Amino acid sequence: MSNLTRHRLFWPAAVLVLLLASNVFFAPRFFTITLQDGHLYGSLIDILRSATPLALVALGMTMVIATGGIDLSLGSIMAISGALACLIIGDLPNQNSVGGVLIAVGVALVLSALLGVWNGVLVSVIGIQPIIATLILMVAGRGIAQLITDGQIINVTSAPYRVIGAGYLLGIPVSVIIVAVVVAAAMLLVRRSALGVLIESVGASPTASRLAGIRARGLTITVYVFAAFCAGIAGLIFSSNVASADSNAAGNLIELDAILAVVIGGTALTGGRFSIAGSVLGAVLISALDITTYTIGVPAETTLLFKAVVVVVLCLSQSAAFRAAVFRRRAAVPATPAAEVSA
Amino acid sequence: MIDISAPPQPETAAVTPRRRRGLDRRHIPVLATLGLLAFMYGLGVANYDNFSDAQVFLNIFVDNAFLLVVAAGMTFVILTGGIDLSVGAVVALTTVLAATLLDAGWPAAVVLPLVLLMGTSMGLGMGAVIHYFKVEPFIATLAGMFLARGLALLINRNSIPITDPFWTAMAQERIRFAPGIFISTSVVIALVVVLIGAYVLAYTRFGRTVYAIGGNADSALLMGLPVGRTRIAVYTVSGFCSSLGGVLLSFYMLSGYSLHAQGMELDAIAAVVIGGTILTGGSGYLLGTVLGVMVLGMIQTIIAFQGDLSSWWTKIVIGVLLFAFIVLQRLVTRRTS
Repeated sequence: MSNLTRHRLFWPAAVLVLLLASNVFFAPRFFTITLQDGHLYGSLIDILRSATPLALVALGMTMVIATGGIDLSLGSIMAISGALACLIIGDLPNQNSVGGVLIAVGVALVLSALLGVWNGVLVSVIGIQPIIATLILMVAGRGIAQLITDGQIINVTSAPYRVIGAGYLLGIPVSVIIVAVVVAAAMLLVRRSALGVLIESVGASPTASRLAGIRARGLTITVYVFAAFCAGIAGLIFSSNVASADSNAAGNLIELDAILAVVIGGTALTGGRFSIAGSVLGAVLISALDITTYTIGVPAETTLLFKAVVVVVLCLSQSAAFRAAVFRRRAAVPATPAAEVSA
Repeated sequence: MIDISAPPQPETAAVTPRRRRGLDRRHIPVLATLGLLAFMYGLGVANYDNFSDAQVFLNIFVDNAFLLVVAAGMTFVILTGGIDLSVGAVVALTTVLAATLLDAGWPAAVVLPLVLLMGTSMGLGMGAVIHYFKVEPFIATLAGMFLARGLALLINRNSIPITDPFWTAMAQERIRFAPGIFISTSVVIALVVVLIGAYVLAYTRFGRTVYAIGGNADSALLMGLPVGRTRIAVYTVSGFCSSLGGVLLSFYMLSGYSLHAQGMELDAIAAVVIGGTILTGGSGYLLGTVLGVMVLGMIQTIIAFQGDLSSWWTKIVIGVLLFAFIVLQRLVTRRTS
């Protein structure tokens, strides 16, 4: 089983290495990491830093997808979280007060979690399809974020807030540390306790889980709250990094990139099995793709085409029907008949 | 899903088939949308001067003809229980491709069929991937979305004006009913598409198969219905409608731009849902989708008349309406099943 997991992550990892290696031809100093003023600098650090919001959103998305759901509202939650934090900080008499920034961060994260409760209740209590339930907040959420900022881009000059997205601790970017802590905590929680198995069980079959005595409803809500909380942190990192709240740009379509990262990481969209490490790897891969197109000097737009190709290749490689078709041609063995009759 | 806690209910089962299958229940969401539309219109007429002008009402169609066509295609997909995330991107790609080719001097008579063919074949491709390789519609059309938007950006990342005589004629042509009361040719095209779509859904074998797949794909297959062919066909229809919507948008904007129609897939899905089509498929009407588009247009009109309301209220109101209609559908379907 662990062999299989390793195999699952092998290809994404190989693609990542290949992608990074290809940069050397265009930027010889690509792998150089230098220490300036006690801060680490280099392209690899840039890739990690720019991957942080996506890695967080992908982490939450992994849990949601593991329960057989999907959360389209995470980008909007990012925008709301960043907007609210910047609004509160902007109103502080002294933007540099650490206490005020902590309150702003706390309020933003609490609101994000509440939005997660809303999603979770719609999905598990009212019983709406996840994709539709979260679509509501995806559409309305950006409007709410614009309402909070009054349609403006709020700029903040708070030094303590800047630390979250652009600061360094022991030479390492603070945002990377935050993500590492959250990912480690999530991994410990789901893999060192029964929580992960319970989540997978709900994803595999909610009805069977309920009959087996698992409180699927509470678990589902928890998962959406966790995802929204992660998106909230991602929103703070994003807005802190650009020192402003931009309701339109923050987290725009990040949920789709996150789903892509999760799929790259080998988590099946049907739920029931998940890989946190895979999703984080997927997020780093997407970030590396962005940075690589930048280094190579290809127009940034083409990353979309690359992503499309990656999605298609990954999905086809995961598709049993596709593998069966290829296998049949190769080995000329009568494969199992296709489930559906093409008329 | 099996609900073991609920005992079988002979009372409802005993109701005569006509009542059971009756018009009432399936029409509730559509009637609710109609009621909402009437209420919003009444609200507008009561609060704002000139809101009752016929042209105000017709402008909803003039300004949303492209969305109407795109949402009509989306209705087919959603009726089978699928989803198409690529529509906005295909619309953008169509406008860019049309504008680029026209700019290069290609005649409109060649460009028009070509861009329609492009959208149709993209839909066909996505449908084939979904059917043959069992890729989830969400992911397959997501890939289509990245692909179409990426291609559009690759072709040209700037806005390209369209000066072709046919295009400008189509943009400026007005069908006048009375002085100051008119619709554009795009509205006529959109209404023709809707009528054909509604006929196909209601009276043809294909239409009934679409409903059957949405009701239960496995049963439809066991019944011997051409599930695979129909499933591919609905994505093809959606692809065609997206590119036709793109053509109508390029009439409306007289430009091709890779960032056109951002988020249109959400508007289209919202229109379909508000129009009463059930997202798990199998139930809904194209007429409902038309009403859904009109509701979205009415929200924008009211916000424009109010003047001091900002555009982001549109998104919030659409979200609230989505919520209300999804819960309504949930209640209606729960009672019937």
